[in-house]
Order: sequence, then C-alpha cells, then structure tokens
Amino acid sequence: MELKTELNCIVCPMSCLISVELDDTSGEMISISGNTCKRGENYALNELINPMRQLTSTVAIQNAAYSRLPVILSSEIPKGKIFDVMECIKEVTITAPVSIGDIIISDVCGLGVDVIASRSMGSESIE
Amino acid sequence: MIKYELIIVGGGSAGIAAAISASENGCRDILLLERDRELGGILQQCIHNGFGLHRFGEELSGPAYAERFISMLKETNVQIKTSTMVLHIGKDKTVSYVNAKEGYVTLQAEAVILAMGCRERTRGAIAIPGYRPSGVWSAGTAQKYLNMEGYLVGKRVFILGSGDIGLIMARRMTLEGAKVLGVAELMPYSNGLPRNIKQCLEDFDIPLYLSHTVIQIRGKERVEGITIAKVDDTLKPVKGTETDFEVDTLLLSVGLIPENSLSEEAGVELMPKTKGPLVDESLQTNISGIFACGNVLHVHDLVDFVSLEGEKAGKSAARYIRGELMTNACIKTRAGNGIGYVIPAGICVENIEDKQELMFRVTKNARDVKVALYLNDVLIKAIPKKRVAPSEMEKIILKKEELSAGEADLTVCLIED
Repeated sequence: MELKTELNCIVCPMSCLISVELDDTSGEMISISGNTCKRGENYALNELINPMRQLTSTVAIQNAAYSRLPVILSSEIPKGKIFDVMECIKEVTITAPVSIGDIIISDVCGLGVDVIASRSMGSESIE
Repeated sequence: MIKYELIIVGGGSAGIAAAISASENGCRDILLLERDRELGGILQQCIHNGFGLHRFGEELSGPAYAERFISMLKETNVQIKTSTMVLHIGKDKTVSYVNAKEGYVTLQAEAVILAMGCRERTRGAIAIPGYRPSGVWSAGTAQKYLNMEGYLVGKRVFILGSGDIGLIMARRMTLEGAKVLGVAELMPYSNGLPRNIKQCLEDFDIPLYLSHTVIQIRGKERVEGITIAKVDDTLKPVKGTETDFEVDTLLLSVGLIPENSLSEEAGVELMPKTKGPLVDESLQTNISGIFACGNVLHVHDLVDFVSLEGEKAGKSAARYIRGELMTNACIKTRAGNGIGYVIPAGICVENIEDKQELMFRVTKNARDVKVALYLNDVLIKAIPKKRVAPSEMEKIILKKEELSAGEADLTVCLIED
C-alpha cells in the first residue's frame, strides 16, 4: 500500500506544492514530485515522518523592567510536544539579571533541549 | 542652540542600523532619539523566531536580533537618549524633543534621518459598525501586552486580517490557553508568509476564512460576539453568508501605515501609494539633508532589509555631511503595469557608488512572469521570476553603467506570458 500526500513547501517563497508517496508499512519514500530543490525534499519528508517545531514563549521575571522574559529553545522539538513544553515554561519564575543564551530550563520534558533566554534583561531598570 | 552633525529619530531596527553605519562612515557627533524606555522598537515584542536569516544566517527571535545590533551600537560613539519623544522636526533641520530630565529641548542638526517606523491600522480605518465595547485590539497591542507585560487580552478570540502579525498572534494566544476560533481575510489570498499559515494556523487547526470580513461586533461593555460574511468580487459582504462566533475578543491585523506626522510637519513630501517619503537613490527626501529608512519609508516584510536600508541611510547622511551628495535626480522612476510602487522615486546617477537597488511590490499574485525595466521606453533588463506576490518586496540591482546620466524615465513593469 502506498500513501500519497500533498503539502505546500515553506522553505522559501516559491511555496512549491510537493507530492510525496510513502509506503504505509515501511514508511519509506516511493516517490516525490513538485519540489524544485533538495531542501524541499528534506522538508517534505521530515514534515510527513517527524515534524519538528521551534517554540518561543515567555517566562515570568522578577526584579526587571518588564514582567516577562522571552525564551526560545536550543533546538526544535517534535510538533506533538509543544503543549507539554508550554506547561513546563508556565511554571517558571526567574529573577533578573539574565543574559541572552542563559539556560532557563535544562533538558525540558526530557527532550534533550534547553529553554534559553532570548534576550538579556538587567535588574530593575533598563539603561 | 546645541548642534549635532546627525540626529536620528527612532531607535528601532532602522535607526540603530543608520546610527552604526553613520558612525562607521565618519560622522563624529550623532544623536539617536528613542521614545520608548529602551532601544529595539517593535522587535522587542516579536518574540517569535525567524529574524536575521539573511543577515546572520540564523533564525533569531526579535529581541535577540535587536540585542545584536544594540551591542554593535554600544561600540560606537553614538549618543543615545531613550524615553525621549521628538515633537517637531523643522525644515531647517532643527529637532525638538521632550523628556523627563531635560524638559523641552531644540537642537540643530546638519542632517536628520527619519526612522520612526509604522503604526497599525485601527478599527476606525476599516469602519466596522457596532458599539465600541472593550475587547477590540490591534494585534500588535495585544502582542505587547502578552509578550512584555504578561497579560492575555482574551479567552475566545477571532482575528480579522491574515497578515503575519495576525497569524503569529493566533498561535501565540493559542499557546497561552486562549481559543482562537478563526481568522478572516478580505482578499482571496493571505498576505502572510506560507510558513506562518502552516505553523501558526494549520498546526493548531485554526480555520482561515478567505474572502470574508467582519460585518458586526456585538456587545456593549465587552465584545460578546462577531459576525463574519463572505465578500464578492467588489469586496462587498454577500447577504445570506453570515456566520456568528461567540468571542470576547477581536484582534485586528489589517495593515500598517508609515508614521510620518513629524515628516509632514517638516515639509517632507510623501508618496500616496506607500504613505512614506519620496526619496532619491540615497534615501534623501525632497528636503536636502533629511533622509528616511525602514518602515517609515515603506512597510517591509523582513527586518533584515530594514537594517540594510538603515545602513544605506546612515552612509548617505555621512556623505551628505561631507558635501559629497548631489541633489539633481535626473532619472524618475515609474511603477508600470502590475507594479504598486518603486523606491527610489528619483535617481541621480552621479551619486551611485557602483550599484543601485530598486525596491518595489507587485500588485497581484502571479507565476512565471518577467519584471521588465524600461529606460525611456527602451528595454534594458528583463528578469524572469517564478513567483511574485504583493506580500513580498522585490528588489532589482542595477549597475551604475546600466543607467544614463541625462534626464530619463525608468519604468518597472510586470510582464505575464
């Protein structure tokens, strides 16, 4: 049995409509068409087999000019884990000062990915 | 009156880049004025990633992109005043500002760079009938509340407009526990990036209603619901296609307008199509010594290009201060068939160092087209494009020798096969 899926590529503004045929038992690719570059092929296969996403959010911060500190992940996580990671992020409160790149939660949800500060924030006032 | 060589109005991505570049190009005393309490402008609330792909080859968050530029700025001799609001710019390049420490101050500049960015269109701009309950927000305001102050402005949300800010906020509010019931777009296509349609709407099963608009907002004190309807080819709502949604919040992502009230007071001439200043190849306005860059000039899709434009304006201002810029823009550019606008509006070939960029937007989505350039009706360049969209700024780079020095018209056209 084969499984044919069509998806719009999001790698570049070309937005190619890519058709992929996968063998639904082995998960192997049988054919791919519609893409105009190798990056499109990689995107389509990853998206069908194991879609990954970056996630950005904020954590509560005390002693800073703002009440939220923006955070980002050190690398992408499986799409299905987004809300699990959001739950962990919501629990956290940190205290300024913080520097960009500081680890806020290490190995979040056991995914091997860190939640890191995506900006620096000084204590109390911003210069 | 205290004098500066260069005063830059606005410390967002354009103003910061302009300041760094002016300093690198030899300006000695530069003053950067910013009304917010810190530099970075709108980047500070855009916590999603995707900034800097062109510039740094990485997908940074907005605050991280800002931080890189702010660090570079701090290495320069540029003076910075934050929490300082410019109230007036004169034709004579005087700049008046107010802040809590100094009160009202007027300075004299040799050159001024306008870098005030843009603002969001509001409910008033699109005239939705109904009462004025709380719960109607511009998407960017809701974004600032959520990402910087930690307030979620609603629990059941509908979004009008499928530009990138609306899409990003659909995902962001969903992640924070709100239910986003849908996004309506007046046009038959979205102006947002395909990546945002996929990752902000489809990933969370948020429906996108193309060719739809909000025709009613219900509720007197607080939004209680909205009604959307399909629109016809003339963008008028079609009777019988109404759908009601029970929501407490409506976000508007219905376009951005360059913020040019200060420019207009200074006598800077604007381009009707962009609502930004008319500029020449050096980004100089009709007032000699006043330059414009970034979203105050025209609304960009990518911050990377805002930074580039800021750098160009900074360099041009430095050249102007050294007396190196001529102001006789002999070549006039025109937006021909299928083109919305072209920047710059005029070109003085003598001022071009080696190449000149033309920036423009097409007026419709099309595939397999050519962008043609005519100099006095003679075709000088035809560039094939596999795909063009109004939502994406296009650029053509011309070599100095491709342009003639005399009076001429340079027309950009879209040719479909």
